Amino acid sequence: MAEKMDIQKTEVWDGNFAAAHALRQAQVDVVAAYPITPSTPIVEGYAQFLADGYVDGEFVMVESEHAAMSGCVGAAASGGRVATATSSQGFALMAEVLYQASGMRLPIILTVVNRALASPLNVRGDHSDMYLGRDSGWIQMDAFNAQEAYDLTLMAFKIGEDKAVRLPVMVHQDGFITSHTAQNINPMTDDDAYAFIGKYEPVNEMLDFSKPVTYGAQTEEDWHFEHKAKQHKAIIDSRPVIDKVFEDFEKKTGRKYSRVESYMMEDADVAIVALGTSVETARLVAKDLRENGGIKAGVVAPRVFRPFPFDNIRDIFANVKAIACLDRSSPGGALGALYNEVVGAMYTSDNKPLVTNYIYGLGGRDLTLDAIKKIYTELQENANSGKHSGKIQQFVGVRGPQLEFFD
Amino acid sequence: MSTIKKIKNLKELSTSNDRFEGAHLLCPGCAHSIIVRELMNCTDDNLVISSNTGCLEVSTAVYPYTSWDTSWIHIGFENAATSITGAEAMHKARKRKGTLKDNDAPVKFVAFGGDGSTFDIGFQYLSGAIERGHDFTYICLDNEVYANTGGQRSSATPIGSSTTTSPSGRISYGEKMMKKDIVAIMAAHGAPYVAQMSPNKWKDMLKKMQTALSTEGPVYLNAISACTTEWKFDPKDTIAVSDLATDSLVFPLYEIINGRELNITYRPKNVVPVKDYLGAQGRFKHLFRPEFKHILDEWQKNVDAQWDYLQKREEARV
Repeated sequence: MAEKMDIQKTEVWDGNFAAAHALRQAQVDVVAAYPITPSTPIVEGYAQFLADGYVDGEFVMVESEHAAMSGCVGAAASGGRVATATSSQGFALMAEVLYQASGMRLPIILTVVNRALASPLNVRGDHSDMYLGRDSGWIQMDAFNAQEAYDLTLMAFKIGEDKAVRLPVMVHQDGFITSHTAQNINPMTDDDAYAFIGKYEPVNEMLDFSKPVTYGAQTEEDWHFEHKAKQHKAIIDSRPVIDKVFEDFEKKTGRKYSRVESYMMEDADVAIVALGTSVETARLVAKDLRENGGIKAGVVAPRVFRPFPFDNIRDIFANVKAIACLDRSSPGGALGALYNEVVGAMYTSDNKPLVTNYIYGLGGRDLTLDAIKKIYTELQENANSGKHSGKIQQFVGVRGPQLEFFD
Repeated sequence: MSTIKKIKNLKELSTSNDRFEGAHLLCPGCAHSIIVRELMNCTDDNLVISSNTGCLEVSTAVYPYTSWDTSWIHIGFENAATSITGAEAMHKARKRKGTLKDNDAPVKFVAFGGDGSTFDIGFQYLSGAIERGHDFTYICLDNEVYANTGGQRSSATPIGSSTTTSPSGRISYGEKMMKKDIVAIMAAHGAPYVAQMSPNKWKDMLKKMQTALSTEGPVYLNAISACTTEWKFDPKDTIAVSDLATDSLVFPLYEIINGRELNITYRPKNVVPVKDYLGAQGRFKHLFRPEFKHILDEWQKNVDAQWDYLQKREEARV
């Protein structure tokens, strides 16, 4: 039996250590993992907790990220709680098995510390790995700071393992800015955290020998479509479960989460949509512009990236005049993912705001307060004139001549 | 507690605890099903089985049917060794915590892969799983070719074999490379038990399978699986071709304990020439053209040298 840990009401943890504690408190049965910067400390944390007797699961240190997710799938199909962590290239290597995990409806928890994808090689945070996972059939939740990384990791178990959901869940946090920056965290006690998640309830497990199961069957054109359609429906239908878990969590901790987090949107004329640590930076600027710049600015952040909160986004933007979607991933010859999702939502709205797309922060380049202020100013100009003052897509903070695309 | 099951004869084996359903899609004459069925019948313990993508997998779990009357998992082409060790780790964790439905039920973990997924794409996964020391048995169904995708060469394909990606032709004798010595590589991992076996020698195979299942730790078994489709012989001749394989010493039957102690487990009374084995299969037909005689000679030389090496190792106990 694992020892309980005496933790303080306020601890100073970085995002990685916060996620590691969430794995410990969930008493994960198997972690199969492979190291990669910047997510490595999460699984190192689990290994140390195991070495010190604070968890009594199995830590399987495999030989690649593809094997890590493969081990997780085998373990999860055997009826216990499973989690791992990765970033960037490791995430890309896992990609094949991510689809297998969701197709087999195995509620594995993957803590993803977002990092750029090579080439060129880069260890810093951007969202290209997170975007790579967006069609994989996993629920994707995004933390903007270390406290949220802890909270969302705990909640991920409760959401993914819910019998109405039974899907794997990714919890994202930004590389280094969240993962390696120590912040004040208010964790739950071990007892409260475990009671909140509950014990793992096996479904169709391989280790119940009275009822053998076949995992990973083949389906061709006669059945594949039905399976994938059901899987899509399951992830869409997870929305009320996510809402309920967020609600229960607020009752326990006082910390409120929504599938879309909106800031100062009640009367906003202009808004930024962003993910990750940029959300908090944008909030600072929005507040400042409202107080000192005469711009009614707001910030919208999808807390849950998949299933995408299509209807909530539409409602929040019912009266807004201009929106900037900030994508921290190279879109490879298209508009950014957030832009496409938001425009898709607004196309069904009576309100038709002007929507622009800013590509920023690739490979960990900082997004400054001034850069965000300039974006809000451009949005205000668009709102005033009723048309795009420049091109639809711009690159922010990159050296060389201004890069902009799409009229 | 599990015990080694006593089986007196082939009839008894063929009817005992039959958990591999006959209604599968493998070719008539395919040796895979003989090997798999023997494994599943040789023990009364519960089994958790994983398979790499390949003939066995695509022929036994086409939704909504399954041939597996035991828990079975397939993920990808390469990772059966990892999915089964994930399952084994979960069993260990849950047994310790007491969360299994039946905490005392005996269980064995077995992974199957073809030679393509074992020698090539899954090589790293197998090596990792053996190195980590999980308690499982990996069985390679070695038919020396990517049969499921239509007969491409793998690193198990022997020299002179004509495959779709190493075809023999007007000027080529086919595959140029020697077969990778997977048994030696697995033994070099220090696995407690490694062996090569063939379904025509069913008692030898049974003993190796039962030794594997009762060995604590990782075990590798290389099973010769004659492929009627890609080796190009009549489906009724599977066992006859397998007999030629073992009696020509192309596939010597032996075991290696703890990476050191090598035992030859079958010595043919009458060793047949390698060319008799090659001549029984369409994939080597072109080697009998006069210009490729040197390949036939090389084959015999290689087989003799390997047999000599195995005997010396057995004698030296190293």
